[in-house]
Amino acid sequence: MIHSLFLINASGDIFLEKHWKSVVSRSVCDYFFEAQERATEPENVPPVIPTPHHYLISVLRHRIYFVAVIQSEVPPLFVIEFLHRVVDTFQDYFGVCTEAAIKDNVVVVYELLEEMLDNGFPLATESNILKELIKPPTILRTMVNTITGSTNVGEQLPTGQLSVVPWRRTGVKYTNNEAYFDVVEEIDAIIDKSGSTITAEIQGVIDACVKLTGMPDLTLSFMNPRLLDDVSFHPCVRFKRWEAERILSFIPPDGNFRLLSYHVSSQNLVAIPVYVKHNITFREGSSQGRFDLTLGPKQTMGKAVESVLVSSQLPRGVLNANLNPSQGAYTFDPVTKLLTWDVGKINPQKLPNLKGTMNLQAGASKPDENPTINIQFKIQQMAISGLKVNRLDMYGEKYKPFKGIKYMTKAGKFQVRT
Amino acid sequence: MSTGALYNDQGSAEAAVEAGQETTPTSSGSGAAFGLFSTDFKKNEDLKEMLESNKESLKLEAMKRIVGLISKGKNASELFPAVVKNVASKNIELKKLVYVYLVRYAEEQQDLALLSISTFQRALKDPNQFIRASALRVLSSIRVPIIVPIMMLAIKEAASDLSPYVRKTSAHAIQKLFSLDPDQKEQLIEVIEKLLKDKSTLVAGSVVVAFEEVCPDRIDLIHKNFRKLCNLLVDVEEWGQVVIINMLTRYARTQFTSPWREDAMFDENNEKAFYDSDSEEKKGQADVKTYIMDPDHRLLLRNTKPLLQSRNTAVVMAVAQLYWHLAPKHEVSIVTKSLVRLLRSHREVQYVVLQNIATMSIQRKGMFEPYMKSFYVRSTDSTHIKTLKLEILTNLANEANISTILREFQTYVKSQDKAFAAATIQAIGRCATNISEVTDTCLNGLVLLLSNRDESVVAESVVVIKKLLQTQPNQHSDIISHMAKLFDNITVPMARASILWLMGEYCERVPKIAPDVLRKMAKTFTVEEDIVKLQTVNLAAKLFLTNSKQTKLLTQYILNLGKYDQNYDIRDRTRFIRQLIVPSEKSSTLNKYARRILLASKPAPVLESAFKDRDRFQLGTLSHSLNIKTSGYQELSEWPAVAPDPSVRNVEVIEPVKEWAPSVGKAKQSKSEDKFYSDDEEKEENASDSSSSDDSDSSSSSSEESGSESEEESNEESEKTSSDSGKSSSESETEPKNNSKKATRKKKPADSDSDESDSKASSSSAESSSSSVSDSDDDSEPPAPQKKSNVKARPKVEVKSKKEVSLLDLDDFSPAPMNAPKPSVFSPSLLSDLEGLSLSNVSSAMQVTTPSFGPMKTFELLHHMTGKGLSAKYHFPRQPCLYQPSMVSVQVILTNGSDHTLEEIHVGDRSPASLHIHCFNTIERLEPRASVTVSMGIDFSDSTQAANFQLCTKEDQFSVSIQPAVGELLMPSTMTEADFCKEQKKLLGMNETSATITMTTANTSSQTINKQVLSVANVGVAPSSQNNFHRFAGRTVSSGALVLVSLELKESSSALLTINTEKSIMASMLLQDLKQALTEA
Repeated sequence: MIHSLFLINASGDIFLEKHWKSVVSRSVCDYFFEAQERATEPENVPPVIPTPHHYLISVLRHRIYFVAVIQSEVPPLFVIEFLHRVVDTFQDYFGVCTEAAIKDNVVVVYELLEEMLDNGFPLATESNILKELIKPPTILRTMVNTITGSTNVGEQLPTGQLSVVPWRRTGVKYTNNEAYFDVVEEIDAIIDKSGSTITAEIQGVIDACVKLTGMPDLTLSFMNPRLLDDVSFHPCVRFKRWEAERILSFIPPDGNFRLLSYHVSSQNLVAIPVYVKHNITFREGSSQGRFDLTLGPKQTMGKAVESVLVSSQLPRGVLNANLNPSQGAYTFDPVTKLLTWDVGKINPQKLPNLKGTMNLQAGASKPDENPTINIQFKIQQMAISGLKVNRLDMYGEKYKPFKGIKYMTKAGKFQVRT
Repeated sequence: MSTGALYNDQGSAEAAVEAGQETTPTSSGSGAAFGLFSTDFKKNEDLKEMLESNKESLKLEAMKRIVGLISKGKNASELFPAVVKNVASKNIELKKLVYVYLVRYAEEQQDLALLSISTFQRALKDPNQFIRASALRVLSSIRVPIIVPIMMLAIKEAASDLSPYVRKTSAHAIQKLFSLDPDQKEQLIEVIEKLLKDKSTLVAGSVVVAFEEVCPDRIDLIHKNFRKLCNLLVDVEEWGQVVIINMLTRYARTQFTSPWREDAMFDENNEKAFYDSDSEEKKGQADVKTYIMDPDHRLLLRNTKPLLQSRNTAVVMAVAQLYWHLAPKHEVSIVTKSLVRLLRSHREVQYVVLQNIATMSIQRKGMFEPYMKSFYVRSTDSTHIKTLKLEILTNLANEANISTILREFQTYVKSQDKAFAAATIQAIGRCATNISEVTDTCLNGLVLLLSNRDESVVAESVVVIKKLLQTQPNQHSDIISHMAKLFDNITVPMARASILWLMGEYCERVPKIAPDVLRKMAKTFTVEEDIVKLQTVNLAAKLFLTNSKQTKLLTQYILNLGKYDQNYDIRDRTRFIRQLIVPSEKSSTLNKYARRILLASKPAPVLESAFKDRDRFQLGTLSHSLNIKTSGYQELSEWPAVAPDPSVRNVEVIEPVKEWAPSVGKAKQSKSEDKFYSDDEEKEENASDSSSSDDSDSSSSSSEESGSESEEESNEESEKTSSDSGKSSSESETEPKNNSKKATRKKKPADSDSDESDSKASSSSAESSSSSVSDSDDDSEPPAPQKKSNVKARPKVEVKSKKEVSLLDLDDFSPAPMNAPKPSVFSPSLLSDLEGLSLSNVSSAMQVTTPSFGPMKTFELLHHMTGKGLSAKYHFPRQPCLYQPSMVSVQVILTNGSDHTLEEIHVGDRSPASLHIHCFNTIERLEPRASVTVSMGIDFSDSTQAANFQLCTKEDQFSVSIQPAVGELLMPSTMTEADFCKEQKKLLGMNETSATITMTTANTSSQTINKQVLSVANVGVAPSSQNNFHRFAGRTVSSGALVLVSLELKESSSALLTINTEKSIMASMLLQDLKQALTEA
């Protein structure tokens, strides 16, 4: 399966290597660098690259390439999924997954990789089990360790791997028992020039932060489970129960985890919470273009649209932009031609507007396409699909936990074509 | 000094630089002496010193720095001797880091690595399973050929370890050993075979990986494990699921027949047991061979389906490809939704999934058409994602949606990403050829693009237009002339060559323009690209043939230029053309045909998807992704025309035999023959038990086995007993309690129904499922206190039992009450007393009683029309089976409806072959109109899978099948309220299933509820102190797992129905049945 792993930073240095079978020379990465050169953008490096004796499967996250070396047939998604889990684990352990963080914690990284794969086959990828095996570094622990010489490696061996509930460690204790659930929905949409919706869909996740003592058994039911069209669960959710009763019944892992991700059935019309009025024009023969953009709320059920961020990739011919925002601040990067406008909150009484001129290269012909506008926003306390949690019950433990549920709607891949 | 010099030679320059960057050395005197050479030797010297120091923290610090070196790919091999000494360290982290180092460098330093082996060998015997496992892990990772025998031994031992975790590790070690020494293959296959039989979900994934690596062609090893793997699949860890699903896909393609026939509509029939006899009749009547899906094939499809909901994208993809390659065509579409969901995932996941969708969408447009909008391109997508989406959109295009797609394409053509715009133009071209309605529209659109400012767009349009024109050249001479006008502005070679080719091909349609183009080309010939030159030569030749008057000189000039070109292709072409077209004496024959050769009408190119030929690879594989056969790729075979014998997958009924205690199996055999309990049996039992090794770590597997062990007793007499594998810990403190209850016990027998006195009593004082981990049941040498309590226990029981049946001899009584007779007459409290004696505080709740209520639902087994006069009906009498405790007893009423005597009615072949049926004795004669009732025992192994067998008469054979309702797979058990609650608490969480139901108030009386519940399931009523609470308890017949049903009535006629059992599938089925019964009533 997975033979070796190389970590390559943005400037093309291999800064970490790990081999699970015999050592593969790092020169194998040359094929990767070749492919990287051929690709114009970092994202355009093909995830699967064949070389004469090996195959390279890579993922790019946090501007680091994780390149796995494969020697024989293996489902590529298997490797890709695993690499993403590695990144998630690093992020979980170090807070960020940067080159610096990995280099600082190289020993922990090595210990983790050692536990995660045996002979190239995943062994322990559950974060709960890993955390029992290897304690995540904290500032306090690092200090204590330096002084006392104690270690990050768990003293006792984990039981999780053998238990019926491998995702939960035993002997969890909290003084405040709390369970928080965040229902986060994202709208993916493409809006065309005239403002009509070409495609729109809602994808949602329920992220949980559960800090409960012992072995609680939770059930979560929805007011309108029919909305959920396609779902994927954390392994803790009992599938049979969902099939039969549309109730989520599970013994939660300890800490943060994603309980469920879902797709809202496409029959439901998606309410688009913002609209954009735009007028971006370039005139033939003139070295100036006009830019005028107004945002406004629509179908938000009275909730405020916050953290609005507009970004747009302007045509290559644009030299600079001279704009005037009615609120917030804008930046234009003359190298990448990326215009971003941090709007903040939309005030329905005074709609935010960005207006001004763009200067084009003298003599260059008029760009034949108009830029696409990407919009990000957040709406608190609302799930746009109308999904509502009915109740959350706990069985198996005596105490009364504190429960909380939060709703939020965000823009996913929300694009306006102009 | 000398060592320092030695390192000096070995140390690589890299290491030197690296070490120099590290923190300044806590320099030693000798280090300073080498200052001149470089700091690194000081450095390594320093590390060495640290490793040899007595302080753990220093050693650890050194190892951490060494790991840092390894991670950067620096050479740290010269430290091997110093590091290897620490392999036996007590400090876990230090030890782990040493392991990391060992695995990395052992191959290079084989001799020194051998020093560490003894440490691992010792650790392999450690009582802690994790230490055993990690020792095996490292030992097998050290790639030193000399230790192969040691590894082999360790693997074999670990493969029969009690801990599933260690067994898992041994499965991994198999692959490592195989890659180190392929000669060990045969021995390793034996280990694999053994591990494949393992029932632990932990092992399943890993052993299949080993199987795939070592012996993927030994498909015969899978037969017996196929059903088990299917059933375990949901609980296997996600990575194992991927491997198992892929392997099973391959397996299924060799073992089942193709479901992709026209008449595949009937594939569900096999699930309905009653159709079986019909289908047989059909076969006789007509030759039409209806396709019936193998039940195992169906099992595989059914058990993989829930995994589509997995969060692991690789699992979802694996299931999708399984359905694609194995499922009947109309079922494949269930994977669509899940695949589309994966498109929300990371870029790399999208890439692979889109590739697979592209291949699928060529063959099955309909699958993805409803999700077309999910493939719309976003400006933020990376180029290869965009191209793949475009590919899929093109594949999905049809008459109905083409206008939408073309409108979408128009946006894409304007994209800033020019490579993508070019790909869009090609896609438009493909749509135009595939859908004739839009060809003209597309062509016009493409012509408009010819005036685009971007060169690559124009070039791509030219190429595509060229291809389109070839399909219908007649009407479009204006387009050709338009392109000729553009010719001067186009610089992309491919586009120029395309235009030249078009000119030559259709030169008769543009007679004025073509020679002029040739003239221009003659001027620029020398500076053109090769491909353009070749087409120029072609154009010249064609014009020479059609219009030699105007172009003769030009042609000659170009041919001369070509003759001296640097490229030999062009020189060759020129020579060839010259011979072909210029008349000369020698080549006159060829010359005659020149026109026909050069101006032959050419077939239009077919614009095909780039994914056309990818379906030769299994979906989801690396080979498919790269479109080349990768090393280690296993071909997916074609469906066999005739399915190989399905009975190879039949498994012997779960043997209650542990590998490490084979004598138990013997005991069982002897028992089934024994008419009475004998002392021998006891002894054998004890002997075998004591021979079973005791490991308190083996939780899951051994509890499973101990469960089956409890089934093994059987007896021809009317007692049904189960052996007890109670806990060995004694509980003498329960004594007083027993005494106090003694009084009440005596009263209770009155409770027992008199009508049951003739029914078979059964008792099973089984072990607890979870905590009786150490099933070192009744050790032959039990601890002293236990003995004491036993002595006290015996008389009590004896008094009781003698009163009741007086069947048991005092001597027959084993330390644990294995043979408790007629327990149905015991009150629950008495039973709990008995349990107390059996030294198990858990098993008290486990007594199995006979039913208090027996519904007589009769089912048809064989209709008299099908059976040529013989008809058969069956019902479940709900009595413990006489023949074996693990069997469900079934009564069959055979009636002879014909006018002649039927002879020799007996049971014939059965399927699955492993099915344990206790047949009725052959009925020699059955007179016309007569009927006879016979009883059978069937071991359903706690599944509702139908038992198929043949009912034979002297002349005929009829296939019949009995499908039990889930409730019939239970036997009632009596327990006190307290016990019930206690057991229920143990079966929470995963083991609990519940539903809220609505009942009419009329039905909430306890009588009706009892009646309804008992009509559905063969459970016993457990006492309840609350009126609104009803409790029922039972145990599964085969494995003896506890099934607890509780019904809590709430206000407004709603009620909460809860089922607690380990058998979650049974639970959900039972829940459904009960729900229905209770709401209907």
